[in-house]
Amino acid sequence: MREMIISELSQALHEIARGFAHFLPRLIVMLALALAGWVIAYVAKMVLRSILRLVQFDKLSENAGASQLLTKAALPSATEMLSRFVFWVAWLGFILLGVSVLGILGLQEQVAKFFLFLPRLFVAMFIMFFGLLAASFFSRAALLAAVNANVPSPRVLSLAVRSIILVFVLSIVFEELGLAEQTMLVAFGIAFGALMLGLAIAFGMGGRDLARRFLEKKIVGGKKEEEEDELSPL
Amino acid sequence: MSTQGRTAVRRTEIELAEESFLTDDFLRQLINVGEADILVGLPTHNNAKTVGSIVHTIQSGILRGFPRERAVIINVDGGSRDGTPELVTGVSIDDSRPASNLNALRTLHSISTKYASSPESGVAFRTILAAAELLRAKACVVMSPLSTNVEPEWLSKLLHPIFDDDFDLVTPTYRRHKFEGLLITNLLYPMTRALYGLRIREAYSPEFGFSGRLGCQFLEQYVWNDGANGAGVELRLTLAAITGRYRVCQSFLGEKIHIERHAADLVPALRQTVGTLFSALGPDFAVWSMVAGSQSPPTTGADHEVVLEPVRVNRKRLREMFSTGVAELESVFRSILSPDTLAELQGIARLGEEEFHYPAELWVRTVYEFAASYQRSVISRDHIIQALAPLFRGRVVTFLKENRNAFADEVENNIESLCLEFERLKPYLLQLWKSRE
Repeated sequence: MREMIISELSQALHEIARGFAHFLPRLIVMLALALAGWVIAYVAKMVLRSILRLVQFDKLSENAGASQLLTKAALPSATEMLSRFVFWVAWLGFILLGVSVLGILGLQEQVAKFFLFLPRLFVAMFIMFFGLLAASFFSRAALLAAVNANVPSPRVLSLAVRSIILVFVLSIVFEELGLAEQTMLVAFGIAFGALMLGLAIAFGMGGRDLARRFLEKKIVGGKKEEEEDELSPL
Repeated sequence: MSTQGRTAVRRTEIELAEESFLTDDFLRQLINVGEADILVGLPTHNNAKTVGSIVHTIQSGILRGFPRERAVIINVDGGSRDGTPELVTGVSIDDSRPASNLNALRTLHSISTKYASSPESGVAFRTILAAAELLRAKACVVMSPLSTNVEPEWLSKLLHPIFDDDFDLVTPTYRRHKFEGLLITNLLYPMTRALYGLRIREAYSPEFGFSGRLGCQFLEQYVWNDGANGAGVELRLTLAAITGRYRVCQSFLGEKIHIERHAADLVPALRQTVGTLFSALGPDFAVWSMVAGSQSPPTTGADHEVVLEPVRVNRKRLREMFSTGVAELESVFRSILSPDTLAELQGIARLGEEEFHYPAELWVRTVYEFAASYQRSVISRDHIIQALAPLFRGRVVTFLKENRNAFADEVENNIESLCLEFERLKPYLLQLWKSRE
């Protein structure tokens, strides 16, 4: 009986030792990968930061309106944010690669999913950034055109243009990420429909006088009086 | 390869490029003409109402002033649908002879070509320049189909300084109402004068004369495919003549009456003039940064004349558009203007009609800050130009108030003091420029 217990114990210890001997090199490989990954991610961060500063990415981000959002959220500049993001994604990638070397069942599938998700995440970020850029550009264009045409409430018009573009961009981003696709589709439909209805009502109510003046000018001929006030700039 | 050899090769390259740019039919017509001493360029687009009388006037001008010269009228049309090109080529020189009592000793050619299906002033001017080079024209003049009071003498006034006195660019001066051309008197003239050092009244004009050598040089050096469709190319020619140290003079033509121009054209006018000027400041920095003060160019006739007839102007509407612009475009102005300038503008925007005043010093600072921001492209360059429109309206209100009851001399004094303000504050622009670097 005693010998049996001792034999079982020594066998268990042997198995633990064998398991540990089997696991230890993998752990070392994982730690080495994590360390190498940190170095590579850090270098990638520094290189990217230099490139982004060289191409004045912060100015582009300012034009897109992304910088204002980051400032309001007390976050660092767009260059710093993107550099840090690349650092963490790269390092996390190496750590997960190391984890997959450990051979833990179940984790490997999650790691594979993560690597498959990465390209979609980058595409979504790309769409979001250029969407913000487009929203900022077109809303400013609408604002300037409305101010110079003496249209009432130009900022409302500009905000409407920005909102439409942002809603559209967000729906594409969520679809790209594959997050709550059905919910987003319904939410987009409702939001877009509500926005259009709101705009239709707003323009209908607010534009009555404008439409009346336009028709008066066209039919009654009030244009001449206005032209008398105009001076040639050149 | 020798310098002469390289020049010949370069010339062949340019001619080949022009030949591929011009249509075969147009090239055939140019070959039929051979060479010309005088080329009159007439860019058109749906100008059937006026173009016939303008061509008559041009023919009379050539018969009177240049009967011995080989002359050609080149009509470059931007896709007219009202038969404008046919009207140009259909005008007979015999109709002009009785009026002038003179005969041309050479054939007067009239050629028309369609350069595009929609008007593009840059392409039109490039076509004229290319034709002038191929015909080896000594002197060229561009006439506007929108001017309703062109006189035959205008041709002589724009061409004789080139023929007789060896000038390279002749810009016009006009008799104008004191409140016409406010963009020129309040921005383009003073700023061009302050930066480039030459007091050219009409740096951007639809009528002007230029020598064949200036035309060739400009055709070769100008970046034609800059994405702006050549808007304001006439101004670029003037600036190129100044920076290239060509001989520039002015010639008084008479009263300027243009059809179809009104205040609604402000933003396009800003693009063509201010946009062009701002975009030239980068490449021309080496020239304008070294210029101090300004000089008057040689001028034939008056360098300006002012008409004082009363006109009805809605100042209240202009002031409201200024105030609305300052309030609504605050986020845009934050990117363009310094905090001090913006704060001062906001203060002015709150003033009532009686106390409203946009001082010259603040206006000059505003323009210079816009120019520096344009150079830095803090936002879209076209948006920067559009954002200037409401501020210009504010400046116009002050100009109208200051000169409401002013006589010609007082108006001129006010314009002169604005010009001096632009010159005085030029170091501020240089400082803004250097802070960019």
